[in-house]
Amino acid sequence: MIKKVSRHIVQNEPLLFELSSPGKVGYQLPELDVPEVSAEKVLGAEHVRDDIEDFPEVSEFEVLRHFSRLSTWNYAIDLGLYPLGSCTMKYNPRVNELVARTEGLAWAHPYQPEELSQGCMEVIAALEQALAEITGMDAVTLQPAAGAHGEFTGILMIRALLETRGNPRKKILVPDSAHGTNPATATAIGYSVENIKSNDRGMVDLAVLERAVTEDVAGLMITNPNTVGVFEENIRKICGILHDKGALVYMDGANMNALVGVARPGDFGIDVMHLNLHKTFSTPHGGGGPGSGAVAVAKVLTPFLPSPRLKRVNDRWSWNYDLPQSIGRVRAFYGNYGVLVRALAYIMAHGGNGLRQATLDALLNANYLRKLLEPHYEIAYKAPSMHECVFSDDRQAKKGIRTGDIAKRLIDYGFHPYTVSFPLIVRGALMIEPTETEPKRELDLFADAMISIAKEIEENPELVRNAPHSTRTPRVDEVTAARKPIVRWKPESKASLSPAAD
Amino acid sequence: MLDVIGLKSEEDLVSYLPADVRFDGRLAIPDGKSEYEIVDYFREQGARNASGYASFLGAGVYHHYRPVLVDTVVSRGEFLTSYTPYQAEISQGTLTSIYEFQTMVCQLTGMDVANASMYDGSSAVPEAAMMAVRITGRDKVLIARTVHPEYREVLHTCTQHQGIPVAEFEYTKSGTVDLDDLAAKLDNETAAVMVQSPNFFGIIEQIEELSSIVSRKGALLVVVFTEAVSLGLVRPPKEADIVVGELQSFAISPAYGGPYAGIIAAREKYIRQLPGRLVGETKDANGHRAFCLTLATREQHIRREKATSNICTNQALLALMATVFMSVYGRQGLRELAQQNLAKAHYLASKLDLQFDAPFFNEFVARTNGKTPEQINRELLDEKIVGGLPLGRYYPELENCVLLCATEMSRRQDMDRVAEAFAKETRA
Repeated sequence: MIKKVSRHIVQNEPLLFELSSPGKVGYQLPELDVPEVSAEKVLGAEHVRDDIEDFPEVSEFEVLRHFSRLSTWNYAIDLGLYPLGSCTMKYNPRVNELVARTEGLAWAHPYQPEELSQGCMEVIAALEQALAEITGMDAVTLQPAAGAHGEFTGILMIRALLETRGNPRKKILVPDSAHGTNPATATAIGYSVENIKSNDRGMVDLAVLERAVTEDVAGLMITNPNTVGVFEENIRKICGILHDKGALVYMDGANMNALVGVARPGDFGIDVMHLNLHKTFSTPHGGGGPGSGAVAVAKVLTPFLPSPRLKRVNDRWSWNYDLPQSIGRVRAFYGNYGVLVRALAYIMAHGGNGLRQATLDALLNANYLRKLLEPHYEIAYKAPSMHECVFSDDRQAKKGIRTGDIAKRLIDYGFHPYTVSFPLIVRGALMIEPTETEPKRELDLFADAMISIAKEIEENPELVRNAPHSTRTPRVDEVTAARKPIVRWKPESKASLSPAAD
Repeated sequence: MLDVIGLKSEEDLVSYLPADVRFDGRLAIPDGKSEYEIVDYFREQGARNASGYASFLGAGVYHHYRPVLVDTVVSRGEFLTSYTPYQAEISQGTLTSIYEFQTMVCQLTGMDVANASMYDGSSAVPEAAMMAVRITGRDKVLIARTVHPEYREVLHTCTQHQGIPVAEFEYTKSGTVDLDDLAAKLDNETAAVMVQSPNFFGIIEQIEELSSIVSRKGALLVVVFTEAVSLGLVRPPKEADIVVGELQSFAISPAYGGPYAGIIAAREKYIRQLPGRLVGETKDANGHRAFCLTLATREQHIRREKATSNICTNQALLALMATVFMSVYGRQGLRELAQQNLAKAHYLASKLDLQFDAPFFNEFVARTNGKTPEQINRELLDEKIVGGLPLGRYYPELENCVLLCATEMSRRQDMDRVAEAFAKETRA
């Protein structure tokens, strides 16, 4: 039975371009306090455009109503559990939004004089310090814009260090359970990728690893807890195997929500790792970004951190560009500063003990769901779960229902699906991460929904196969979208109009 | 809940971890603070910054007015707290707005296709270079010295291990790219020629002419922009093969350097070489128009080491800010906004001694004539004005020059004071 949701009226809405009428405006500019100039005269007629053809012409209220209506077609963490494994969809505290808009911070120009930027720099320094403490690493850069960008930064530093030792080496090892960004990153830095097969417990197979680590290997990219939500219990040995051959260990910190306050990568041998501030540290996902991919390093890699670095000079912060061994810049300015402010606010609100408690609560929620679902779905690996649990669709596949179908049926029950078909080493994976911020009531409703779907699959698999049934938009044809891509509106487009225009 | 799991305490959830990896200490982070204390801390940090100053800094980050609607829209939890729209049935709001964003980016730049946004303008530059390398099968990249210095640094950092040699070419006394130097360096192995317009000095480049020089050698022309407001008035770079840029000007706070929203747009035939996320139009099971992420086979989660890029996230919420901004200003407003920027900058420039004589939009390079840029800026700070960017650090040959920017927010009286500071004798 569907308990959590009932249907309600949803507004339709055309595209902005279809709403437009000539001459309509939604803006006001002040009177110019300087003489007008003729663009043709100062730029030359050849440099002036006639018009921005087909650009929107709508009123202010129409803009507001347009985007408000669009927003109601979205699911969001504010509306309910969003159990996307590996994405850590937790509550985004609103105080973070407020402080990120503090005028002196939000309006700060990256090139304004350092004496007028001390507040901004203090925030960066405070966050770097807190993240170094949380990871047990030596230093942190906040420059990378996102997780994959952090990976890029980290592997580049590994390469730079190995070059100073005379040989950058050729290969990066990546477990077959890794996120797709890991192999893509290694390739972007000129390394070939060798996949390491996981053992039957979903962990790195030490024997396989030992054989793979040669003098050609620059490093290993490992996720811990790994993508099946299991802590790599041999992590110290793994790091030792790499270090013995002069190679380094990169940790993908996507799953750091399982470790904060409980275990520190710097303590167990990791050389460099990234943190997704938009996962572990609660900054909003915003429909796909912005993120921030802070990178923490052990001492051996600090000389290679991106330029510039903060430096304390005479009781004042200053940017230091004199870093001869730095890999250089990975982006302009100092990073996604607005995201950094939010992450620091999150850390301040929790404090050291609160951060650890949040981790324990995340583990509790994941293991609670695992226990409720285990009788109905096949757990992928028996090892204890940390912050997420991964099932396979083995039992349901016997009825012809796959993980993707179950995911779509969850939508009818008022939930966003879990992560579908990842990690690739689990057949038909259902990867579920509830996070610490979900109340028990929401977890119970989710478990009820999953159990109810398991029953539906037994009794009426078609109901599940054709889901969702209650959304404004039923399943969409992704195949046609990819075969004949239409990625922009054009005035002549005669696409079958949405209900809005009927 | 513990009973259900069969544990006695939450500590049992981690007690099985090997003792030599468990952290049993206390994190050296102060105890949790109340909401009020947090607000107060950041207010204090903000107050230590340049609050209440007029600013004439540009150089890739611009002070433009942010219409109130922008924050109203992006504060809606349905946009703020949703994930990447992989589940199309419950993500049509985000998908539709990205489709509108992609369309408006095309309309502005004169390109056929645009993706769902990039991290920022600077990181879009190496992505465009790598895209050109894939398309042409060549490996060399030429970039103008008039492209933002930090963007060029990012290009060097990102291409160094990919077998992509990067060389720079010069600018003329007028401040435009040096076509002779370009012609001398351009050869049959050049994959891409990258220029910025308006360039770092604010000057508008001759895109048509550049395009014919570059295409004759079979290379691709990549045009970069940092000041998106210019596109309201300046002819779009429609002869380019790829356009990358920064939309910070469209209602994204300067925020000490980020987060911003980059764009990459290109000609239709290059669509399958675009990096990052892309939203496409399709139909739902009822035959109605619907949108979904598309061409995912380019992306890392499918292609892994063979992906076009390792990019995973985009800047959806910032792209939404830009989309709301573009909708509020619209066809007429963006032009009027650009016209105001042009008028303000030319008013200020008319009172100063300019280094270059080519046409510029809202930024220009002024000579300091006898004083150092630092002296002038020091005097201006006393009047609560942040002056322009001294160029010596980036261009040693321009050590007595300042890059100044005026926008619709620059007041005449402040511009007059800037002009006075340039004119008057140094105080003893």
